[in-house]
Amino acid sequence: MTNGDSGLKALHNPDIPVPEELQSTIAITSLDRIYNWCRARSMWPLLFGLACCAIEMIAAAASRYDISRFGMEVMRPSPRQADLMIVSGTVTKKMVVPIVRIYNQMAEPKYVLAMGACASGGGPFKEGYNVVSGIDKYIPVDVYVPGCPPTPQALIHGFLTLQKKIESQSLRTVPWYRSGESTAVPIPLLGPDIIDPRQADLIRRQAVQAATQAATAPSEA
Amino acid sequence: MAENPAAEVTTANPVAEAIAALKAQFPDAVVEDNRKGYAGIVVDPEKLVEVATAARDTLGYNYLSSATAVDYLGKGDYFEMVYHTYRVPAGGPPLVIKARTPRDRATLPSVISVWPGADFQEREAYDLMGIRFEGHPNLKRILLWEGFDGHPLRKDWKEAYYEQDQKPFDSRWPQGRVYRAEERNPYGKNVRYPEGFTLDDFTPVGEAPNYDGVDLGINVQEMATPGLKTDRLVVNLGPHHPSTHGVFRMVVTLNGETVEDLQPVMGYLHRNHEKIGERNTFLQNMPFTDRLDYITSMSNNLGYALAVEHLLSLGPRYQPPTYRAEVIRVLMVELTRVVSHMWAIGFLLNDLGAFYTPALYAIAERELILDFFEAVAGSRMMCNYMRFGGVFKDLPERIQGIPLLANDRVRNEATLDYLANIINERLPRAIDELDDYLTHNEIIVTRCQGVGILPPEMAIAYSAAGPVLRASGVPYDVRRAEPYSIYPELDFDVAVRYNGDIYDRYLLRIDEMRQSVRILKQLLPRLRETEGQPIISGSKAYSPRVPEGEAYGRVENPKGELGYYVVSDGGQNPWRYHVRSPSYINLTALGPMAKGHKVADIVAILGSIDIILGEVDR
Repeated sequence: MTNGDSGLKALHNPDIPVPEELQSTIAITSLDRIYNWCRARSMWPLLFGLACCAIEMIAAAASRYDISRFGMEVMRPSPRQADLMIVSGTVTKKMVVPIVRIYNQMAEPKYVLAMGACASGGGPFKEGYNVVSGIDKYIPVDVYVPGCPPTPQALIHGFLTLQKKIESQSLRTVPWYRSGESTAVPIPLLGPDIIDPRQADLIRRQAVQAATQAATAPSEA
Repeated sequence: MAENPAAEVTTANPVAEAIAALKAQFPDAVVEDNRKGYAGIVVDPEKLVEVATAARDTLGYNYLSSATAVDYLGKGDYFEMVYHTYRVPAGGPPLVIKARTPRDRATLPSVISVWPGADFQEREAYDLMGIRFEGHPNLKRILLWEGFDGHPLRKDWKEAYYEQDQKPFDSRWPQGRVYRAEERNPYGKNVRYPEGFTLDDFTPVGEAPNYDGVDLGINVQEMATPGLKTDRLVVNLGPHHPSTHGVFRMVVTLNGETVEDLQPVMGYLHRNHEKIGERNTFLQNMPFTDRLDYITSMSNNLGYALAVEHLLSLGPRYQPPTYRAEVIRVLMVELTRVVSHMWAIGFLLNDLGAFYTPALYAIAERELILDFFEAVAGSRMMCNYMRFGGVFKDLPERIQGIPLLANDRVRNEATLDYLANIINERLPRAIDELDDYLTHNEIIVTRCQGVGILPPEMAIAYSAAGPVLRASGVPYDVRRAEPYSIYPELDFDVAVRYNGDIYDRYLLRIDEMRQSVRILKQLLPRLRETEGQPIISGSKAYSPRVPEGEAYGRVENPKGELGYYVVSDGGQNPWRYHVRSPSYINLTALGPMAKGHKVADIVAILGSIDIILGEVDR
C-alpha cells in the first residue's frame, strides 16, 4: 500500500463500511487485494548473483539499506523456494542456459527483476561475443532497474515498483491460474553460437537464404 | 613505471645480463627483440622449453607472471606468445620471453613443465587465439564452450554486433544515423552462425567435455579402510551456488566425502573485456577496468594507467603524474585494499557457515569508504577515477549528502576531517574488532588451520599472487619488488605468514589492512601539504597519441598482482590489450590445494583465495 497506511486499514474496501472500533481487527476486502497484499510483502528473491550488480544487491541486504524492511530479505538458494529472480549483472551466453533452467524451476507465480544496464540491455558489454544483450531476449522481465550498477536505493525502488505491479494484478487474469499447463521457456543450446529453440524456423530460413546468396553470388561476379 | 626506481633495487641491469647469458648459451635460438618500444628476447619455438628451463634454473626467473598471445595480423602475420617472468622473492624487472608461430598452423610447446602456472593461461590462448600447445595435459576451451565457432581474439574474427574495427564508431557519431545493433542482426540477438550452419544436422555440445579427464567411472570402490565401501561420484558446485562467490563452477570428484579431483569450470561471466578493449580508444578502456574486479575499481585503474603511461613515456612531451596525483592515487588504492580485504574476510566467514553476520560488520565499514569514493569520483563502485598522467578530479573540499530518509543524518563534513576520522579512528577499530572476534574463534581455528595448504615452492610454481603467495611464506609484494608511484618513500612492511593455510591467508589480510592503515596515516599530511597543486600533468587529451611499443603495467592489487599487457601500433586504440588477473591465475592452485580435503573444506579454500568472477572471466 501507499506509505503511511498501516495494517489492515490499508485493505478496507470503502464501499463496505466497518465500524471505527473494529477497523484494526476486521477488514472487508476483495480476494485479489488480500492475496496480492500478502504476496507483495513476502517476496522471496533467489540468492543468485551474476556480476558487479550482485555486490550492490548484497549491500542492499546489509545494514545500511536493509531490504528486510520491505519483507524482501529471505534470499533462497533454491529456485523452488523463490518467487523473484533478480538478474543482477551481465548475462553471458554460457550463463543464460543455467539461468533459463533455473527460471523454469521456479514455481509460479514468479517474477523477474533485471538489475542494471547489462541485465536490461547488455550494458557496456553489449557488443561482446559472449554477452546476451538483455535477459528479456530469453525470459520475461517485470521490472528493469537502470544503473551501472544501480545503487541499493535504486534496487529498493525496483522492489517497491514490483510490489505495486503485484498489487495491480487480478487473480482472474494472471497467466498462472489459467487452465492447462503453463509452458516452460525452452532452454537455449550451446552450438557454434547460442541457439534459441524458439528461433529454429528463423535460423533455418536464414541458412537457406545465405546458401542461395552464396550460390548466386559467383555467377554475378 | 615512468619513474620506476628499479635501478635502485639492483645496481647492474639484471635483465640485460640475463639476456646476454641466454644468448651465449643458445646462440642460434635466442634473438633480442629489437622492435621499437619492445623488450626481451624472441626464442625459437623448438628451444622454448630449454630456454625457459635455463631462465628458471640458472638465472632465477622462477615466477611466470603473465603468458599471453598477440596476433600480428598484417604486421608480420604470426602469433607471438609473450611470457613475463620474474625473480621471486628477489624482485626486479621482468625477463620477457617471446615465441612466434605462423597463424595458419599455430602450435607452440607448452611451458607447463617449467612453470605450472602457465596452465590456464595457455588454455586461454588456445581458446581465444587458437594456438595449440603441445604437451599441455588438458588443452580445452576455458572461457568459451567446446564447439564455439572460431577464436574471438584473432584480429580477423568478427562478432555478431560487429560495426567497425575501431571506436568511435561512425554510426554513433552525432551526424550519422544512429541505429541499434540488433536491428541489423537477422535474429535480433547477439548471435551469428558460421557459413553453411543448418540446424538439421546439429547436435548440442552438452556437458560431456567438462567431464573429460575427470574419470567418471562411478563404481563402488573400496577405500583404504577395510570394510568401508564408498561411492566415487562427481558433484557439481555452481555455476549457481551460494558458495562459489558468483558464477563459478567446480566439478568435484568425491570418494565418500573426500575430494579426489577438482576441475574449475569458468567463463560464465566472460564479458569479452579484451576484445572490447582492443576496439576502444586507450582512454575508453578506463571504465572497463573498473568492472574487472568490481570491488577494487580504483586500483584496477592504476594498473592500466601505469601501463599506458609507460607507453606514453616512450614518446616526446611526456610528463609524469604530479606529486599530488600520486598521493591521491595511493590513498585511493590503499582504501580499496581495506575494502577488499574486509569483504574477503566477511565472506570467508560466510563460507565457513557464519551466515552474513560477519559480512554485515565488514560491509558497514565499506560503506564509509564508498561514501568518500562517491563524493570524489561520483560513483560508489565504478569509480573510473584515474587518468593518464593523473586523476580525474581533485578531492572535494566537503563531503555533502542529502538525507533520503527522515532519520538520515545530513552529511556535511570537511573531506580531510572525514578521511582523518576514517583512517585514525574507524578503520583501526574495525580491524581490531574483526581480529578480536574472529582470530581465536574455536570454529575458525579448527576449520582453517592446516586446511588447503600451499607450500611456498608450489605457490611460486603455480604463479600464485597476493595474499595467497605471501601467506605461503614468500614475501613478494609488487609495491616493494618493482615499486611504482610513491611507494618507495612510504614506510610499510610486506606482510608475510608462513603456514600457507586458510588461517594464514585470513591473518595475512588482517596484517595487510593494518599496513594499509599505516600507509594511509602517512598520506594525510601529504594531502594537506600538496593542497592546491595540479592533479594531472600535460594536456587532458581524450585520445592521447600513444607511441608504438609494448608495456606491462603491474600493481599489487588486493587479490594479487594485476598486470596489463598493452601493445600499441601508434594508432588510436590498443593493438593488444591483455589483463593478467590475479583471481584467474590463483585458481590454478585450487585443484591441488583441495585434494584430500572434505567437500565442505573446498568452499572455505575457495573463499580464502578470494576470487572475483569479473576478473576471473574478464
